[in-house]
Amino acid sequence: MQTWSLVSICVLLGVVVRWGVSLNSYSGAARPPMFGDYEAQRHWQEVTYNLPLQEWYFNTTDNDLNYWGLDYPPLTAYHSWICAFIANKINPEWVELHTSRGYESPAHKLFMRATVLVADLLIYIPAVVLYCFYLTDGSAKKKVSTLFCFLLYPGLILIDFGHFQYNGVSHGFALWGVVALGLGWDVFGSMAFCLALNYKQMELYHALPFFCYLLGKCVKLGLMGRGLACTLLAVLPSSIRLLTKPTFWQFKLALANSSLAFFLFSYQVHEKSILLAALPVCLLLNDLPLMAIWFLQASTFSMLPLFLKDGLLVPYVVTSLAFLFFSIYLLSALEHCTEEQLRLGAYHKLFFCLPKMDLACVLRWKFYISIAVMAGLSVASVALVPPPHLPDLFPVLVSATAFTHFLGTFIYFNIVQFSGPPARKNQKKNN
Amino acid sequence: MAAAAADSGRWFAALSLGVSLLKCLFISAYHSTDFEVHRNWLAITHSLPVSRWYHENTSEWTLDYPPLFAWFELGLSHVARHFDRNMLLVENLNYAGPSTVLFQRLSVVFTDLVFVFAARECCRCVQEQKGSRDVLTRPPFVLAVLLLGNFGLLIVDHVHFQYNGFLFGFLLLSVAKHLQSRHLQGALLFSILLNLKHIYLYVAPAYGVYLLRSYCFTQDNTDGSVRWRSFSPLRLVALGSIVASVCALSFGPFIMMGQLPQVLSRLFPFKRGLCHAYWAPNIWALYNVLDKALATLGVRLKLLEETQLPRASMTGGLVQEFQHSLLPSVSPAVTLVCTLLAILPAVASIWWRPRGARGFLRCLLLCALGSFMFGWHVHEKAILLAILPLSILAVESREDAGIFLVLTTTGHYSLFPLLFTPAELPIKVVLMLIYTVYSFTALKNLHSSRGSVLRPLEVVYLLGLVAVAFACEVIFPLSPWQQKLPFLPLLTTSVYCSVGVFYSFLRLYVSLLRPEEKPKQP
Repeated sequence: MQTWSLVSICVLLGVVVRWGVSLNSYSGAARPPMFGDYEAQRHWQEVTYNLPLQEWYFNTTDNDLNYWGLDYPPLTAYHSWICAFIANKINPEWVELHTSRGYESPAHKLFMRATVLVADLLIYIPAVVLYCFYLTDGSAKKKVSTLFCFLLYPGLILIDFGHFQYNGVSHGFALWGVVALGLGWDVFGSMAFCLALNYKQMELYHALPFFCYLLGKCVKLGLMGRGLACTLLAVLPSSIRLLTKPTFWQFKLALANSSLAFFLFSYQVHEKSILLAALPVCLLLNDLPLMAIWFLQASTFSMLPLFLKDGLLVPYVVTSLAFLFFSIYLLSALEHCTEEQLRLGAYHKLFFCLPKMDLACVLRWKFYISIAVMAGLSVASVALVPPPHLPDLFPVLVSATAFTHFLGTFIYFNIVQFSGPPARKNQKKNN
Repeated sequence: MAAAAADSGRWFAALSLGVSLLKCLFISAYHSTDFEVHRNWLAITHSLPVSRWYHENTSEWTLDYPPLFAWFELGLSHVARHFDRNMLLVENLNYAGPSTVLFQRLSVVFTDLVFVFAARECCRCVQEQKGSRDVLTRPPFVLAVLLLGNFGLLIVDHVHFQYNGFLFGFLLLSVAKHLQSRHLQGALLFSILLNLKHIYLYVAPAYGVYLLRSYCFTQDNTDGSVRWRSFSPLRLVALGSIVASVCALSFGPFIMMGQLPQVLSRLFPFKRGLCHAYWAPNIWALYNVLDKALATLGVRLKLLEETQLPRASMTGGLVQEFQHSLLPSVSPAVTLVCTLLAILPAVASIWWRPRGARGFLRCLLLCALGSFMFGWHVHEKAILLAILPLSILAVESREDAGIFLVLTTTGHYSLFPLLFTPAELPIKVVLMLIYTVYSFTALKNLHSSRGSVLRPLEVVYLLGLVAVAFACEVIFPLSPWQQKLPFLPLLTTSVYCSVGVFYSFLRLYVSLLRPEEKPKQP
């Protein structure tokens, strides 16, 4: 079958899954006085459309910053303005200053969901298609499989089309940046990443790798050799490694390590910020399928308390099952895991004191156990009532489990980044 | 996809799982009054004694399926108890709490397993091409996608809400058994199906004649005609007893209570109008339009007085009896006669010149399409009765693939009015696109060695369908005629699709009645 038809079917399936999730509830639905992220976005449309630019970020009588004050950079504000302009044409009550607070209706929900889909279709999905086709190895079928699994990542779908946010825009711009850098269009890539940064400041998680990669390319090898003393900051090893070896492979790993480091060690991190680490790991679906799938599933699982609060249990179960099953099946994740492919050689060197084991087998068993634990905790969070003296038992257990996964992934990707480059001939054999 | 996965045959399980998960995403979507119909039947069968089932009319949605389906609903109701007991109270009209919706939707997804099993059996019957290694290009895979991912089933069952997947599973399984020459099993499955939903009576003539001719007569003469001596009374008795015992199991309790007339009156309510609320794209849609056009023309040309014409408004979208203005009115008896005349050549053909199980399948399709074209109060959903079995022939022969593409595209498009809510618009458009893109490219790929699948005229017709769709969904709502003639999009859709359906009907007839060619080279 022609590739274009397979690609269009994958994209259309991605769209229908997104819209299917949209049919469910959103954050803060029917919960006055503050509601949730959905109301925040609607409020920003109200503020940006009715007030002059100079008042958007200031506390005035017309703009109460305590009620969902605008806390993203101006590009979000401009996007809200465009949406508000269209909203006003359809029904001015949606963005009426002051009186539209807490406005909820089926027609309005349809409009808001449509804005998320349009943004995804224009920015995020094309970037994913381009990445999978021009920057991954393998046969056309393998690329289509990667594309399908990338588009099926539940975390982003559930947050953007369920909870309600526009992460597709910032992630999309960042991905355009990655694609451009991978193709050697550094200027375009920098522009795209700047757009991402100007949409959501959390993209700073990805800033260091972009900086180090570009700087490293400018000064080229030799200026900073190996053996540089590692500092306490977790991100420095990865960034410096990238500075010395600015290849696209190192860049992808550095993106993953940098965002994970920021997530794990930063101050006041929201659970949704794991999406910033998920995006780079999606880029590695083709290269390290098992570890990528494992992390991506853990990242979705880590947001379970949020999804339960938003009434998104059914979409969570459906998309998680679909992603887990199809990514393992289409990318043959459990078959291509010899020690060499999983790049576990370094672990042998680190744990030289331990008896020689088949680390790949150990890893597979850890994967099965981990999925079982995540499934078990998901069921428990829904079906069981926590004991009265431990009311937050399940969210805490979920966080703790997720943390161990993220830490393990962080260590693994760091080790991989410091090992040799991926063996090209291995990947050709697997097609 | 790795070769290992393909060769081990796991693709079918993956496909089934994927489609089932997709269906679960539509749990929160719009559902039609059919949802309440089935909730009511759950309540009736659970809460009332058997003697009251076919007399109960608290709700307007009275039980009008055969008794075996009522037993099926009773079985479901025992599971429903654990989800929400309130749905089982007969007086709880239009009750649709979250647990109720979840239960009903999941019940459709689970009963679809019958359809999945049937699809797998059909895939096993399909003849393979030589020398194709890639799973995606093999006929069983294409057939599996065309069946499991059928657009019509997805939106009718999992959005609109019905149990067609469950029922079509029995039909396709029965067909598969006949293709595998297991005729008694096929007959058993069809008897069960008839007792689940009697609309399948439409295709009973094909079964009856085929089994009589090709199963009860064990041998043919060398010229293909009937060898009367080879009649096997044993086989006839076997068939008869199978049908009789299933019907006895289903209707038995009601016959013993003397309720048979009441049950039959519920099953065959002829008080309904010639056409359903949304006109199915059949002959009567064209007849109605012709009548309206002639009447309007007559008034314009001053040949008729407007006051002389009865106030016909079949276009109002309600299900009532209507009189035609100019042309003679059509009664149920007339439609029955027309239907029988339409299917007579096909049925006669498999008697005089039996063509094995595939000839039977062709005859079944013609019975289905014939009754769709000429029947009384036909639902547009009935087009699925032709589309699904035709998929089997489409992956084997280039000509059938061409007929399939025309019939499927027009048939599926004619289902669009079933989902009229704005929130479901992206779902129906995107799913239609996925299915259309896949069916066209896969079938073209499959038959590429034997020439093009579609004729130029057919391509023009299908492109015209896109134009009609665009005009009806996009241009018309914004035009000045929206107020004056609100029924125009539905009318145009019905008429345009009728042409396509009728064309497919004729082409299928030609393929059945044409003298058999030499066996094709694989």
